Amino acid sequence: MFNYTLRRLLLAIPTLLFIALAIFLLLELSPGDPMADMPLTIPPEVREQMRLALGLGEAWYIRFFKWLYLFSVVEPSHVLANMTGLDWLAIEGQRIISFQTRSPVGDIIAQRLPQTLWVVGLSYIFGIMVAVPIGIYSAYRQYSWFDQAGTFISMVGFSLPTFFTGPLLMLIFSIWLGWFPIIYDTTLVVDSWYDFGLQLRQMAMPVFVLTLYNAAQITRFMRASMLDNLTQDYVRTARSKGMTEKVVVLVHVLRNSMIPVITVIALGIPTIFTGAIITEQIFRVNGLGALLITAIYASDIPMVLTLSVVFAILIVLFNLIADLLYAVFDPRIRYD
Amino acid sequence: MTETAPEKSLDVAAFRPPRNQWWDVWDQFKVHKGALAGSLVFGLIVLFCFVGPWFWPYDATFIDIRSRNQGMSLAHPFGTDQLGRDIMARMMAGGQVSLAVGIVAMLLSILIGTLIGVVSGYFRRIDGLMMRMTDLFLALPLLPLLLVMSMLFRQPLSAVFGVEMGMFLLIVTAIGITSWMRTARVVRGDVLALKEREYVLAARSIGTPPRRLILRHILPNVLSPVMVSATLMIATAIITESALSFLGMGFPPDFPTWGRLVYDGIDYLQQYPSRAMLPGVFISLTVLSVNYIGDGLRDALDPRIRGR
Repeated sequence: MFNYTLRRLLLAIPTLLFIALAIFLLLELSPGDPMADMPLTIPPEVREQMRLALGLGEAWYIRFFKWLYLFSVVEPSHVLANMTGLDWLAIEGQRIISFQTRSPVGDIIAQRLPQTLWVVGLSYIFGIMVAVPIGIYSAYRQYSWFDQAGTFISMVGFSLPTFFTGPLLMLIFSIWLGWFPIIYDTTLVVDSWYDFGLQLRQMAMPVFVLTLYNAAQITRFMRASMLDNLTQDYVRTARSKGMTEKVVVLVHVLRNSMIPVITVIALGIPTIFTGAIITEQIFRVNGLGALLITAIYASDIPMVLTLSVVFAILIVLFNLIADLLYAVFDPRIRYD
Repeated sequence: MTETAPEKSLDVAAFRPPRNQWWDVWDQFKVHKGALAGSLVFGLIVLFCFVGPWFWPYDATFIDIRSRNQGMSLAHPFGTDQLGRDIMARMMAGGQVSLAVGIVAMLLSILIGTLIGVVSGYFRRIDGLMMRMTDLFLALPLLPLLLVMSMLFRQPLSAVFGVEMGMFLLIVTAIGITSWMRTARVVRGDVLALKEREYVLAARSIGTPPRRLILRHILPNVLSPVMVSATLMIATAIITESALSFLGMGFPPDFPTWGRLVYDGIDYLQQYPSRAMLPGVFISLTVLSVNYIGDGLRDALDPRIRGR
């Protein structure tokens, strides 16, 4: 198991390097010019110097290795320093600078992360909490009206794109009923019950939209996995030994059915961080997804590159975690 | 009485005339009510988008500024937009693009996925390499990558193929090469199992070359998982295209697609809610019906379920 983990981690490094290089080269080809927003009256030689100041003068491979060094050594040191409060950990000197804001990319990401984590993370947790009981009961009473309704709703939730459900909720709850605000106010400081109420109200719609989507997907897996297990021989054995239905379903079957579901849940965690780009765009939540979109529009190459590679790291990491969880929960699986 | 019943069914089974296996599939498919309803809805939507414009007098890009922002009426059943363009005609034109993108992207992604799946399942030597590549693609952050790609190649492709065709090719290729991984994995798994079967051994023992072995003996047997993932892929491709258009990275503004219509309609959500809702409903209905068809196909093509 340990060897396997180590091997996978080592294998992840070239994968990530390759992804970083691919994204870097893609951006390198991009026709977007970070100087495009500058006034046209700037003389060409000054413009050229401004390009040099952005670090665009050097050959692409030198820039790539510089970025790689900053990304893998300097930025993590600052993150560590912020997290532990020990300032001496941070390496002095050049950091990855966003073209748009001229401030370090790591700091901007740290500012945007809480919004994304709150909205998308909460909706993921709610999604799991809703999906697991529905999946269990649907499978237990297969083809009952509850199952039919549950399957239909999960199919609908799975099929409706968030850029449809988002505006629909806005129309009903913000425009017609006036319950929730349309725009998510990130500057809101929660220090009283009234503000807390406001925060709840502005989070309600984006969280609901994403919860519906997440719950729909997890319900399908949960139901299928429960159905697979309910027909197994050990269930009959447990029943014949006189165990109550509650014990049979909630202990024997549930524990076995959770194995694939847990890996599905683990595989979905990176999407919490990538931030539901579309939902954030609809409700103007300025999280990581919105950050990525504006960075792409402004051809802010360092920001797009760093964010994409962070997302790729998260995906690779949680793929590994999902595989390991599989082995932890299912003793029949051994990686050697 | 109780004894004759099973005998009778045995008789029917014994004397049933031989018939194409696709009839069995159809019989099972018919049982799935959701799948039937889904096919009906999908058929209607396809008719609406592709046959509708023949009968509909208005053009999707015809601007009639005097009759702008009209509500629903007999002349304009879905109303008109801020430039007086007929929304029904725009829905038809948008649907054509969205459906065409969905279907062509699906074909491309299925083609790549099946090819890679079969090749890596059949030829041991390149299996490791191919699967590493698949893992690598799975680790890519897809939506950001799609956005970057559509920003990148927008100008050059528009210059070569014209704005609409260039954008179409770009989006179809981008969706195709970022969504083949699931199909490839499923196909590879099936091919690995099929390769060990006796009939393949028999075929190989009489000297069938790999190319014909794959085309005649292996491909037909991986057809059913491929068909299921093909239907689901249409749904994913339509959603992805709409999402790109919705984020303003898809087709140009004067070229309607459903996603673009939602995006344009959001600005008028307060005054004319139907403008964003209608294309949204159409996308959702299409995706829902396609997903139901996929569900039904999965059941119908699974021989273990079909017998029951």
